[in-house]
Amino acid sequence: MAMLRPAGDFDRSYEQDMALLRQPWHYWLLGFSLLAAFTLPLWGDAYLVATANQIAYTIIAVQGLNILTGYTGQISLSQAAFMLVGGYASALLVIHAGLSFFVALPLAALAAGAIGLIFGLTSLRVKGFYLAFATLAAQFIIPWLSRHTFKEYLGGANGAIEVPLPQLGTVNFGEVSSYFYISLVVLLITTALLFNISRTRLGRAFVSIRDNDLAAELLGVNLFTYKLRAFFIAAMLAGLAGAIKAHSQRGVGTEFGYSLNESILYLGMLVIGGLGTNLGPFLGVAFIVLLEDLSDLLGGVLAAAFPELSGQLLTSFRPIFFGLALMLFLIYEPRGLAHRWQLLRAGWRLRPFAR
Amino acid sequence: MNWSLVPQQFVTGLLNGGTIGLIALGIVLIYKSSEVFNFAHGHLVMFGAFLTWWFTGGGAEPGAALIDLPLWAALIAALIASMGIGLLIERFALRPMTGQPLLAIMLMTLGLAQLFEGTTAVLFGVELKSNFPAPFSPSDVLVIPFPGAFGDAIRLKYTLVATFVVATVAASLFIWFFNSTKTGLAMRATAEDHEVARSVGIKVSRVFGLSWGIAGVIATLGGVLLATVSGVSLNLSTVALIAFPAILLGGLESLGGALLGGFAIGLVQALVQASRLIEVRNSSEIAPYLLLLVVLLIRPEGLFGQKRIERI
Repeated sequence: MAMLRPAGDFDRSYEQDMALLRQPWHYWLLGFSLLAAFTLPLWGDAYLVATANQIAYTIIAVQGLNILTGYTGQISLSQAAFMLVGGYASALLVIHAGLSFFVALPLAALAAGAIGLIFGLTSLRVKGFYLAFATLAAQFIIPWLSRHTFKEYLGGANGAIEVPLPQLGTVNFGEVSSYFYISLVVLLITTALLFNISRTRLGRAFVSIRDNDLAAELLGVNLFTYKLRAFFIAAMLAGLAGAIKAHSQRGVGTEFGYSLNESILYLGMLVIGGLGTNLGPFLGVAFIVLLEDLSDLLGGVLAAAFPELSGQLLTSFRPIFFGLALMLFLIYEPRGLAHRWQLLRAGWRLRPFAR
Repeated sequence: MNWSLVPQQFVTGLLNGGTIGLIALGIVLIYKSSEVFNFAHGHLVMFGAFLTWWFTGGGAEPGAALIDLPLWAALIAALIASMGIGLLIERFALRPMTGQPLLAIMLMTLGLAQLFEGTTAVLFGVELKSNFPAPFSPSDVLVIPFPGAFGDAIRLKYTLVATFVVATVAASLFIWFFNSTKTGLAMRATAEDHEVARSVGIKVSRVFGLSWGIAGVIATLGGVLLATVSGVSLNLSTVALIAFPAILLGGLESLGGALLGGFAIGLVQALVQASRLIEVRNSSEIAPYLLLLVVLLIRPEGLFGQKRIERI
């Protein structure tokens, strides 16, 4: 942790040094946020729970992108395409292989990871925006394949297939209030995973590749395996997110999005939250999803005021607000909300002295 | 392969490639002078086409339009407007980003693209505008006898031939401007090294502004050429995205390469349509990207690009 610690706060054992939760308020914060999250379906209305569900699976996808772009520095424009792979894999395994959703979910993640490896191979030849092009190609090729090949399985020109609801024993996860727990538990697992990746050998190797890949190679980091691992983890998390999204929307396919715009949206969320920080995906996703709700609200009000223009007013404010937010963050706070949060904490700790 | 279709598709592809090459040229121009890869160029293309369409009075009922210019005057007005937009983008979006890492600059252009997408939708609406004033009617066809081709002739729409001529002439003009005029040489010097350019008295910030202005002009021209063939819609930005494979094929640093890459992409897109297999015909929208992957794996610097040597 790069944070400076106050005088007198030091560790007496290796366990203390490695602990993620090191102060009483860490436990309190974690406890309260878990309590709030797990009881959300009890006190929140359906809309709130659905939004929280969307935020949860989007965070998983952005966490994957964070490993690849934030930590390893490999620009990727294909996160949405990998989500599509995960969604289809899970849906097909449940429909045609008769597997339970809870078995299909990890398998879908592995399938997306495998596809990610194939496109990750290009990262060994090229980097920078050359790599962005390779992933751009993936973002066009994968949805095209879903529309034009294996039509009886993938839905063909409809661009969508129906996805059954997950079921565990007698518990049916049909309602979003119960489905939300699936997203939440998976999110908790991936978060624990990511916190530990970022502070172990794997994460440090990723960061060294980001900072200077030639130097990293000279230090003994095998570029071939580590770049592919980053691609694998990123695509795997995208696959998880895609599978969860597919089952909660009860359908998967290009009709449900998964386009280049969404890949750009995920990159934007990551940058607004903070590249290469574990907190970043949470803050960025929440910020953008709420911003989208706000822009829909504004669009709705304006569409009611000018009914003849409603077609172009209802949805157009999303890209405008998102583009503006992204540009303003890049100019004024390129390190994202996570950095702002760190500054706030440091300011609180040092008050009333220099900020 | 349906060989009797090949001659027709070959020529059509080549003609389409001219426009792709012109659009690609605008991206290479900015990349050469300021090392910014402009992902928003496709949206500039689309916005330029919409502007021209609006200046011709396409947005309103016939006779009730606020502005009702003939096509040539609308084009000039749109070119001037897009030059201003290019200058504004450079000043307010890209100049604060000087010295920032590659990812940040790339995301800035992506953010710009989103902003343009939304703004265009609010200003002009989301549906396809098919009333773009075309200089030729679709039935004006140039027939070239060609034994062995389908129907023993190659049929070319006048519109397509005209877009090809305009695109190639404009592209050649810009390449000449870049290689031979004093301003063009100043831009090339800036592309080589900012500090060296400064030391010989070139104002680097003005060169950046100029290249964005010119890129805006090129984009609008490309957008109008695309629009005369397919109408004006938000889709034009996606269509313009296939300029990326063209640039990589030609090499990021080469203006002529961008034009040649455009021809190659146009050819690939058209030739897959001569296939007998429906799957292959359908692949014309992703064929450029498959080619892009092949280029990246075999020769990442493109045909005419410079190989970069890195040091620690």
